[in-house]
Amino acid sequence: MKVAVVTFPGSNCDYDLYKAVQQVGAEAEFVWHRERGLDRFDAVLLPGGFSYGDYLRPGAIARMSPVMEDVIPFAEKGGPVLGICNGFQVLCEAGLLPGALVRNDSLKFRSHDVRLRVERVDTLFTSDYAQGQILRIPIAHGDGNFEADTDTLKALEDSGRVVFRYVDASGEPTEAANPNGSWHNIAGITNEAGNVLGMMPHPERAMEELLGSTDGVALFTSLVSSLSGASA
Amino acid sequence: MTRYRLEILVKPRPGLLDPQGKAIHHSLNSLGWEGVQDVRVGKAMYVDLDAASESEALEAADAMCRKLLANPVTEDFEVSLVGALEGAGS
Repeated sequence: MKVAVVTFPGSNCDYDLYKAVQQVGAEAEFVWHRERGLDRFDAVLLPGGFSYGDYLRPGAIARMSPVMEDVIPFAEKGGPVLGICNGFQVLCEAGLLPGALVRNDSLKFRSHDVRLRVERVDTLFTSDYAQGQILRIPIAHGDGNFEADTDTLKALEDSGRVVFRYVDASGEPTEAANPNGSWHNIAGITNEAGNVLGMMPHPERAMEELLGSTDGVALFTSLVSSLSGASA
Repeated sequence: MTRYRLEILVKPRPGLLDPQGKAIHHSLNSLGWEGVQDVRVGKAMYVDLDAASESEALEAADAMCRKLLANPVTEDFEVSLVGALEGAGS
């Protein structure tokens, strides 16, 4: 199984993602944003960072990269695509996920651990979690405030496409537990088909006890086991 | 071809929380402008473009906004012609 880790100019979580994929026993390969052709990959990951210095809007210029002309059909054909942090912003800009990520309501760059509640375990990316499980995973972003029009937000909730939500220690999505002002404490969503996931928190930075948490591991093992199930 | 300068204003959509505008609003209030009721922060971009006519230049700018310069989920845009640039184009 082969997983593409796309690198845009200004990506800075690409090595963490590469290592996370290897840690769960899959093969990872970097794909530079000018490269074309993703047919040899089973999944595509868009890393965090500050592609193109966040100029214009985070993800707006990366979305126009040559590689995105292949990521979009890959996703539309049902290929698993995961965007983390800046990768989530790129997926929204590309129209693969609805909504947009705007400036944190605090106007501050927030870099700390958050608690996430797993809302769905029937996705490619979350099957190894328990329903309602509370995770501790770091965030590091200035533009993570998820916004969309009222109809889109309602559709997301009604169809259960919110996969992760910011919660407090007791698992409640309170205002105090919301680090950026996201509507309904949304931290991660999928597309309608369920093969594209975008999330602001960084599971690839929660892979080692030594670094504070291993709560990100199950996301990558979920992806690998659903892929090996599909190819078997 | 004439070289035209276009002004493109990209503005947060009404109703969308604009935390920058809010912070500036509070700052203006605390500096004594107590009458300030609202501040919204957008972007102004100036694009110089060679085109056959004013309407072609405006059409191109409109397409640029839809494709890249504005995000329709969060932003509205307005395009206007600043004027033709003298001594440029051919």
